[in-house]
Amino acid sequence: MAGREDWWYDEAAGPLVRPYAMVRGRTRPLRPELHLVTQVRAMPSPADPAALSVEHLEIMELCRRPLSVAEVAAYLDVPLVVVKVLLSDLIQRGDVVIRDPSRVPQVPDRNLLQAVLDGVRGI
Amino acid sequence: MVSVESERPGGELLVPTPVKIVVAGGFGTGKTTMVNSVSEIPPLHTEELLTEAGVGVDDVLGLEQKETTTVALDFGRITINPEVVLYLFGTPGQNRFWFMWDELAYGAIGAVILVDTRRLDSSFPSIDFFERRGIPFIIAVNCFEGAHAYEVAEVRRALDVDEAIPLVLCDARDRESSKTVLVSLIQHTMDRLDAMA
Ligand SMILES: Nc1nc2c(ncn2[C@@H]2O[C@H](COP(=O)(O)OP(=O)(O)OP(=O)(O)O)[C@@H](O)[C@H]2O)c(=O)[nH]1
Ligand SMILES: [Mg+2]
Repeated sequence: MAGREDWWYDEAAGPLVRPYAMVRGRTRPLRPELHLVTQVRAMPSPADPAALSVEHLEIMELCRRPLSVAEVAAYLDVPLVVVKVLLSDLIQRGDVVIRDPSRVPQVPDRNLLQAVLDGVRGI
Repeated sequence: MVSVESERPGGELLVPTPVKIVVAGGFGTGKTTMVNSVSEIPPLHTEELLTEAGVGVDDVLGLEQKETTTVALDFGRITINPEVVLYLFGTPGQNRFWFMWDELAYGAIGAVILVDTRRLDSSFPSIDFFERRGIPFIIAVNCFEGAHAYEVAEVRRALDVDEAIPLVLCDARDRESSKTVLVSLIQHTMDRLDAMA
């Protein structure tokens, strides 16, 4: 499995990674609104940088521009579940913003579809 | 339309609206090739952890000793405008990870189901999946060299899909051809929306 040794992986663990090791024993629930394509964006600077881990700070750096959860996981080369845990921390702290989930339509409406259609035609 | 209020200095940050299209189909039908041909970025790769039992992500954290397995996802991106971004996800090869398929399909514009005329049956599970969930999809017949030049009507009959489902021919390696496929899907989804209105 692809992973970065400087993060949480035990090389010897091979593909059978124990999830508790990767989230440092925390079993806090993930924010349910974090889906694959949910857009996340970092505030210009963290409120209390000293309280953040290297991994959190790396996400802050990456998310200076809005990215999806899946992109953050891909760029950091860690499993989605790990990125969701870290993002949940950052959202909780107010360092990362997402859209108000109640205002996110579950399926695209006609206007949005038209915009996507025009956009795809234009590439 | 998509900014988030913040109490911090920095004010409002633009957070775009994401949309996605799923590229499904049997093993080796050209899913990754299609995502690559239209993506504006080199295709990305990520992994989700699952236990062998296939439990959801949220459960994984609680399962301390259980062995997990990974399911790999390939995806690409098309920035539509500063406020809208489209993602294209290829379905994972292993059909048993239905949990992942559900996550992929959630809120999607719809699916492009690629078929290879030499192995039509390999795309049946994909068709069943989207049909059952009522998610819009179209069939794209990937024209591999040396493949029998099937008539569109013949393929439709063999796949047993409704007349209302568009069936198009494509070359997944070709950007324009893949674009045309995406356009067909988006139009199909809009037509369905209009029909329901
Ligand atoms: N001739 C031809 N070859 C294609 C076309 N599309 C894909 N291929 C080739 O077919 C092979 C399989 O394509 P992939 O894109 O990897 O297929 P896939 O559906 O992602 O495969 P899995 O993820 O393994 O299920 C590759 O060698 C491609 O180069 C096409 O339109 N025409
Ligand atoms: Mg593939």
